[in-house]
Amino acid sequence: MDLNLKATELRLGLPGSDEPAEQLQSSSSHVKNNKRSCSEIDGSCQKQESGAPAQKAQVVGWPPVRSYRKNVMEQQKKPESDGSGFVKVSMDGAPYLRKIDLKLYKNYFDLLKALENLFKCTIGVYSEREGYNGSEYAPTYEDKDGDWMLVGDVPWDMFITSCKRLRIMKGSEAKGLGCL
Amino acid sequence: MDPEPKKPEDSPSNSANSHTPVQPPSPFPDEVLEKVLSFIDSHKDRSSVSLVRKDWYNAERWTRSKLFIGNCYSVSPEIVARRFPRIKSITLKGKPRFSDFNMLPRDWGANVHSWLVMFAKVYPFLEELRLKRMTVTDESLELLAKSFSGFKSLSLSSCDGFTDIGLKAIASHCRNLTELDIQDSVTEDVGGGWLSCFPENFASLEVLNFASLNSEVSFDDLERLVSRCKSLRVLKVNESITLDQLQRLLVHAPQLLELGTGSFLQELTPRQYEDIESAFSNCKNLQILSGLWEANSLYLPVLYGACAGLTFLNLSDAPLQSGEFAKLLAHCPNLRRLWVVDTVEDKGLEAVGSSCPLLEELRVFPADPYDRHHRDGVTELGFLAVSRGCRNLHYVLYFCRRMTNAAVVTIVQNCPDFTHFRLCIMTPGQPDYLTNDPMDEAFAAVVKTCTKLKRLSVSGLLTDLTFEFIGKYAKNLETLSVAFAGNSDWGMQCVLEGCPKLRKLEIRDSPFGNAALLSGLKKYEMMRSLWMSDCNVTMKGCRLLAREMPRLNVEVIMDEESDESQADKVYVYRSVAGPRRDAPPFVLTL
Repeated sequence: MDLNLKATELRLGLPGSDEPAEQLQSSSSHVKNNKRSCSEIDGSCQKQESGAPAQKAQVVGWPPVRSYRKNVMEQQKKPESDGSGFVKVSMDGAPYLRKIDLKLYKNYFDLLKALENLFKCTIGVYSEREGYNGSEYAPTYEDKDGDWMLVGDVPWDMFITSCKRLRIMKGSEAKGLGCL
Repeated sequence: MDPEPKKPEDSPSNSANSHTPVQPPSPFPDEVLEKVLSFIDSHKDRSSVSLVRKDWYNAERWTRSKLFIGNCYSVSPEIVARRFPRIKSITLKGKPRFSDFNMLPRDWGANVHSWLVMFAKVYPFLEELRLKRMTVTDESLELLAKSFSGFKSLSLSSCDGFTDIGLKAIASHCRNLTELDIQDSVTEDVGGGWLSCFPENFASLEVLNFASLNSEVSFDDLERLVSRCKSLRVLKVNESITLDQLQRLLVHAPQLLELGTGSFLQELTPRQYEDIESAFSNCKNLQILSGLWEANSLYLPVLYGACAGLTFLNLSDAPLQSGEFAKLLAHCPNLRRLWVVDTVEDKGLEAVGSSCPLLEELRVFPADPYDRHHRDGVTELGFLAVSRGCRNLHYVLYFCRRMTNAAVVTIVQNCPDFTHFRLCIMTPGQPDYLTNDPMDEAFAAVVKTCTKLKRLSVSGLLTDLTFEFIGKYAKNLETLSVAFAGNSDWGMQCVLEGCPKLRKLEIRDSPFGNAALLSGLKKYEMMRSLWMSDCNVTMKGCRLLAREMPRLNVEVIMDEESDESQADKVYVYRSVAGPRRDAPPFVLTL
């Protein structure tokens, strides 16, 4: 009985193409593809827009850093938040960034109004299902784990402690986030 | 406490000596021999002494007070108890090093409990216990706390399995405790209540390190403890301690030699800033500094007054930028050891080269090991800059995303005295980034030039050539770590047939198979251990090894999804204790 294990093999690349598996072979010779735990395929849109490879399989125990140390590293985005609540805000198309103090706002409504003022744009209204669909811009933020999130999904208090920086995305790109 | 006057002659080596001629009587009375031997501390020397002749063996075992066991499964508690009657200090190491990187399943073993049960029976006067990579339960800590009235010193490095319940027992019952040192522990949340369990009149602490425990402790109790322990020389607090709290601690303990700060991020009033600055300036004896979580350019200057005598600066928890880092370094001219995060980048390392001429050890850790943020980190240029300015460099651990052969060749020419060279190019199998060649030339230069090399970690794209060179030139090499390297069995064979002093060999994801494994048959008995994971070794090869070498434990750790014939994780080590009796179901001893 032909189990056709190859078809179920976990690998990078389109089904039917053998090349990606070989590429992985040549760069790290003799890595056994069928046992690599591709547990964290980093396929966020952020990667694509910075020009880096969209997907990267993570190998267990590599690089050899201790797990507790790994957690400390994840917190190293501190330069943006120096304890005062100030975070950088960028807007697609604007020549320079701004900085705002999240502690000055009590809720999302106040924050979004302030952003609209700062950048002279319309962000519109948040809805759980549609995100900011319909408006020209959508506010996003980078959280403690380094992931880009849509502003508005989590309770305000959770948001201000986990927000490291803000980015106001053009509506067309933000669609990807809004319809998750 | 005196031993029984008659010494039992039933040591294991006697049976081995039964067919050697009777030895002439010793010219020295036992008491003289014992007195002389009592000055010998090093366990390696003592091992040599014990092999000279039978009465030396006996004199040695009666005078040994410090025990070092590098692999807890190489010997058993019973054997140890029989041979050494008067032990006051024990160092015990458990899991293989790759367990630090989650490569060992939970509950693999190295539980200290059975050892403690034996120690409690045979060594009631035990004073010191130093454990590394062992599982230590609360039950064990309670047993420890209650069994040794004179217990002084507990060190737990990379251990797991305990909570604050066990620590409470230690704090409450160890009346003579001078050292409690918990490093790199991998525990679930350990509550902070244990610190409050030290009795009010307890004042003997000299070393207190709880930096890696994550729960808040009672600051009031900590402050009182620090103020009454006048001999305190090492204090490493955890992140829950704030800057202004630290200031109060420093006022009580300006005599500290080693300090691990808490969080270095806080909004301080100008008055508080001055206070903490002067507290640091009063620490005239400070040699070692660590902690500094979330430190940034705003508050680093409060440290400057304490940096003149610093010999070891550990910034591995404080990712700094190059500018603030360079400014700090300017105040630390006496640094011998430096640990940093690669956020300082090559520019920061240039500052190291120019500010730290006495530097002997450098470790650069990655801020972003999984490359999520595409930060540059450090490159070959930073390493070069350090090698130019720090000619005494002999220990390096360097995580980077790119390296060249030429750079490494120059680096070892600048610093030929490396004893520890651990280079981690983070993408597996990555070639020289300028020439696209394998990194063979780099490591060839390392082993040829650095004749004192004891420890080597290789990385990048490597062919069998690298291992040929290692086997041929690395005459003093004791520890070798290999990952994603080599072409064939020949590579590993070269190492096994070459390096005469090899003790620990750990290999992962490399194409070495049964032929390579079996070529080291005779060698493994002279080594502490061999680890091979995700190589090409099969169960058949492991069974053959086990059959040929009965004094080795050949253990295979089974993965759930793995092929039954492949041996995914193999751990081989010499042992006089026979196969493990506590092996979990997924560990097969062949």
